[in-house]
Amino acid sequence: MSRASLVRLAGAGLALVALHELPLALNPYFVTILARIGIAIIAAVSLQLVNGFTGQFSIGHAGFMGLGAYASAAFSVYLGAGALDALGGALPAGLARLVYFPFPLVCGGAVAAAAGLVVAVPTLRLRGDYLAIATLGAGEIIRIAILNVDAVGGARGFSLASAAHPGVDLRFDSLAGVYGVAALVIAAIARLVYAGGGLAFRAVREDETAAESLGIATTRVKVEAFLVSSFFAGVAGALFAHSEGYIHTNSFSFVRSFEIVTFVVLGGLGSLSGAIVAAAVLTAAPELLRGLGEWRMILYSLLLIAAMILRPQGLLGQRELWPLSRIGAPEAREKADGVPRA
Amino acid sequence: MRGALRAAAWLAAAGLVALGCGGGGEGANEIAVGHVASMTGDTATFGRSADEGMRMAIEELNGAGGALGKKLDLLTEDDRSVTEEARTAAQKLIQRDHVVALLGEVASSRSLAAAPEAQRAKVPMISPGSTNPKVTEVGDYVFRACFIDPFQGAVMARFALGELHARRLAILFDFKQDYSVGLADFFRDTVKKSGGEIVADERYTSGDIEFRAQLTTIRAANPDAIFVPGYYTELGLIAKQARELGINVPLLGGDGWDSEKTLEIGGEAVEGDYFSTHYAADSDDPHVQEFVKRFQSKYGSTPDAMAALGYDTAGILADALKRAGSTDGPKLRDAIAATKGFAGVTGKISIDEKRNARKDAVVLQIRGGKFHFYRTVSAD
Amino acid sequence: MDNLIQQLLNGITWGSIYALIALGYTMVYGVLRLINFAHGEVYMMGAMTGYYTARWLGLATAPGVAGLALVLAVSMLACGLLGAVIERVAYRPLRSAGRLAPLITAIGVSLLLQNTGQLVFGADPKFFPALVRSEEIFRSGAIAISNIQLTVLVTAVVLMAALEYIVQRTRFGRAMRAVSYDAPAAALMGVPVDRVITGTFVLGSMLAAAAGILVGLSNPKIEPLMGLMPGLKAFVAAVLGGIGSVPGAMVGGLLLGVIETLVTGYLSSTYRDAIAFVILVVILLYRPTGIFGQPQTEKA
Repeated sequence: MSRASLVRLAGAGLALVALHELPLALNPYFVTILARIGIAIIAAVSLQLVNGFTGQFSIGHAGFMGLGAYASAAFSVYLGAGALDALGGALPAGLARLVYFPFPLVCGGAVAAAAGLVVAVPTLRLRGDYLAIATLGAGEIIRIAILNVDAVGGARGFSLASAAHPGVDLRFDSLAGVYGVAALVIAAIARLVYAGGGLAFRAVREDETAAESLGIATTRVKVEAFLVSSFFAGVAGALFAHSEGYIHTNSFSFVRSFEIVTFVVLGGLGSLSGAIVAAAVLTAAPELLRGLGEWRMILYSLLLIAAMILRPQGLLGQRELWPLSRIGAPEAREKADGVPRA
Repeated sequence: MRGALRAAAWLAAAGLVALGCGGGGEGANEIAVGHVASMTGDTATFGRSADEGMRMAIEELNGAGGALGKKLDLLTEDDRSVTEEARTAAQKLIQRDHVVALLGEVASSRSLAAAPEAQRAKVPMISPGSTNPKVTEVGDYVFRACFIDPFQGAVMARFALGELHARRLAILFDFKQDYSVGLADFFRDTVKKSGGEIVADERYTSGDIEFRAQLTTIRAANPDAIFVPGYYTELGLIAKQARELGINVPLLGGDGWDSEKTLEIGGEAVEGDYFSTHYAADSDDPHVQEFVKRFQSKYGSTPDAMAALGYDTAGILADALKRAGSTDGPKLRDAIAATKGFAGVTGKISIDEKRNARKDAVVLQIRGGKFHFYRTVSAD
Repeated sequence: MDNLIQQLLNGITWGSIYALIALGYTMVYGVLRLINFAHGEVYMMGAMTGYYTARWLGLATAPGVAGLALVLAVSMLACGLLGAVIERVAYRPLRSAGRLAPLITAIGVSLLLQNTGQLVFGADPKFFPALVRSEEIFRSGAIAISNIQLTVLVTAVVLMAALEYIVQRTRFGRAMRAVSYDAPAAALMGVPVDRVITGTFVLGSMLAAAAGILVGLSNPKIEPLMGLMPGLKAFVAAVLGGIGSVPGAMVGGLLLGVIETLVTGYLSSTYRDAIAFVILVVILLYRPTGIFGQPQTEKA
C-alpha cells in the first residue's frame, strides 16, 4: 500500500476514534441528530445507485429500510439478546458489542435485499414512471404487511428489549459505528459505480436500448443495482432501529421514501457527494428550523419547489465534490479513458 | 460553484454546532416544563387539545402564584405526529431547555419513543392520554394521568353484557391506532370470558372515510351491539353510514369518542349510543363546570377528553411540585408517585404502584344531541 | 345475495369518486407524461372551498339541489384556477427538465398544499354541511340506497359525460387529444400547446374539486390531509384503466372502488389500502397499458 493510502487510513482511524468519544462530550440531542444524518446518508447513497447511476426511478426505498429495521430488531430481540449476553460475559463490553452488531445489520440488509429481489425481478421490466409507481406500491405493501405481524408489535410498535434477557442493552447508538458503516457503504458504492464494470450502470441510464445492443445484460445490471441498493437500505434501517430503540411502521411510509428521493434529486442524480450533502443538510434542517413551528414544513416544501425550478439538475448534477471516483478505480488515473477492459 | 458549496457546507456545520452546544437553561424565576405534542401532522387535533388544556392549567396556576414561588413556563415541541420525532423533541426539551418534567405524549407509540429519554435523564414524564400498558413499564420515571386499555376495554364489555344484555357483539376497530387495538383486544377477551359471542370483527384505518363495506359485513352477522373503540374523527361517519345501511343497534365506544365533533358529525346517527370516558361535561361537579366554562371563554369550544386530560396532567405536576418542595428529579418523581385523590376534572386521580392513574370511568349516553351522564364505573 | 348487491352498490358509488379524480391524472399524464402528485390536494381544496362556501352562504339551513349546484360551481371554478396556477408556476418552467424534476416538484406542491391547508384551515377534521338531507330512497330486504348515494352517482355520471363530450366533440378536446398523441407535431400544426396544457389542468382540477364536494356529501368528514390516499388510489385507478385514456379512468375508478369494497367486505378489512397497490403491481406486470391503453413506444 502506498504511503498516501496509509496516511489516509490512519486519518480515518483517528476520525473514528474521535467520533467514538464525541457522544460523551456532546448533548444527546445533538448525538441523535448526527446519528440520523449518518443513517440518512446511507439511505440516500444507496438510492443514488439505482435512481442516479442506473436511471431507474424507485420511490419505495423506505419499505426496504423498514424491512431492515424490523428484521434486525426481531433478530436482536429474539435471537441476538442471548448471544450478546454471552459475549458480554466473555469479552470486554466494548469489544463484545463490536463483535455482535454487524450481525443484526447484515441480517437487516439481507432480508431487505431478498425483498428487493422479489420486487425487482418483475418490476424492472417496466420503464420510467410505471416503475416509480410500482416501487411506491411495493413500499406500501411491505409497510402494511409489517403492520400486521403481531410478533413485531403491529400498531403498538416494537421495542428493542428482550423479555428473555431484560438486562441486555440492544441499542447501538455509537456515532463511530454509524459513520463507519456510512463510510463503508459510500466506498462500496463508489467502487461499484466508478470501477471499470460500473460503466454498465451508467450505460443503462443513458440509453438502455443502445446498451442492450452493445451486449450489456441490462436486466441483470438493473437487478444488481436494486439488490445492492436494498441491501444497504436494510442496513440503514437496522442502524435506525438500533439507535432509536423503538420503531413503528409510521416511520417507513411513502413520505419517508419521498424524503430520500428528494435528497438524491436535490443533490444531483448521479452524484454521490450530492446525495451526501443533501441528506445531511435536509435532515438537519427541520431541527434548525424547529423554532418556526408550523411554518417549518411549508418552508421546506417551498425550498424544494424553488430548488427544482431554479436548478433542476440538482446541486451537483453528475459531478463529485470529493474524488470519490478514485476510490472506485485507483488504476483509472493511468487509464484515463475509463473504458472497461474485459 | 464549488466555493459557494463549501461555504454553505461550513454554514450548515456551524449551525449544527450551535444546536449542539448545550443552550437553553431556565430563567431565574421560571420553572420550565416540557410538552411533547403532535401539533401538526395527522393526529394534530389531539396534540393541540392536550396543549390547550395544559396551557390553561398553567396560566391559572401562574395567576395564583405559580409553584415554589416561581412561574411555570410550558415549552411545547412539535413532533409532527412522527414517532422518532417524539424522541428528538423530548431530547431537546430535556437536554437543551432543561425542563424539570416532561408532559406528553398523547399517542402510545410516541410516548414509547420519548419515555426512554426521560427515564435515562431521570426527568419525570407524565402522559396525559397514552393508554398502552407498556408506556409506564419503561421505567419508574414514567407516569400517566389516564386509565389503561385493559380497564376501559373491560368496562364497555361488562356494560354491553350486563347493562344492555347484549350477547352477540361486533367490533369495528382502528388497526393503525394502538389505542383502538388495545381496547378491542381487551373488549374481546372480556366478552369471551363472560360468555358473550363476537359475531363480527372488522377493522379500518384512521383517516378512512368509507366504512360501508365493513358495516355491510357486520350487518349480515346480526349483532346486538357494535363496539367501535376508535377516535371521534372516524366515529361520526361510521355511525352515519351504519344508520344509512339500516343498522339500528346501539354503538359503544371509549374515550376516543369524547369530543363535540362526535355530535357534530354524527348528528342523529349517534343518538342512543354509549361510551366510556373520564369525565362528563354536564357533570354536577362544580369543579368540572368551572373548567368547561373557563375553557369555552378562553378557546371558544367545549373541551374534549384530551383537553381535560391535559389540564389534569399539568395540575398533577404542579401539585407534585408543591409537595416535593423542589424541582429535583428524584424528589419530584417520588411526589408524583405519591399522588392520592387529586381532584382533577377527569375524576379523583391516584397514581398506583404501576404509575398508572386509578380513577373511575363514567359511561355517557348521547341523548337529544348531547352527552348525558349515565353511570360511573369504579376503578375497582 | 342481498349483501353482494349492497356491496356492489357501495363499491360503485365509492368508485365514482375515484373515477372523477383519476380523470385529472389521466388527462394530465396524457398531455404532459407527468404524474401530478399534487392532484390529490386539489381534491382536498375542492372539499375545503365547498365547506367554506356552504358555511358562508348559510346553506346548511337550506338544503337542496340548488345549494349543491352553487357549491359545486364555486368550488370547481376555484380549483380550476388553482390547477392553472400550479401548472404555470411549478410545472411549466420544468417542461424540458426530464421526467424526474417535475415529479419532485409535484411532491413539493403536494406537501406545500397539505401543510398550508393545516395552517390555514386547521388540522382538525371538519364536518361538511348537509347540502342534501339524507333520506333512504330504496329498501328491499337488506339492500338500502340513500338519496345521497344516488346524488353522488348521478352527479359523477353527468360530469363524466360532459367531459367525454368535451374531449370528443369540441375543438379543445381535439387539441388535447392531438397534444397527447404527439405534442411537437401538434405544435407544428398550430395547436397552442401551452394553452391546451393549462386547459387540461383546469378541467382535471374541476373534476377533482367536484369529487371533493361529492365526498363531502356522502362521507362528510374533511381535513387537510384527506387527499393523500385517495390521490394515490385514483392514480392506480387511472393506470388500471389505461393511463392517458379518458374512458379508462372512468372504468378504472369504478373497478377499483368495487374491488376494494368487495375485498374489504368479504376477505379482510386489513388490506383495504394495500389492495390498490397490489392491483397496481399486478396490472403493471401483466398489462401495463391498462384496460383501454394503447402500447406506448419508448420515447427516445
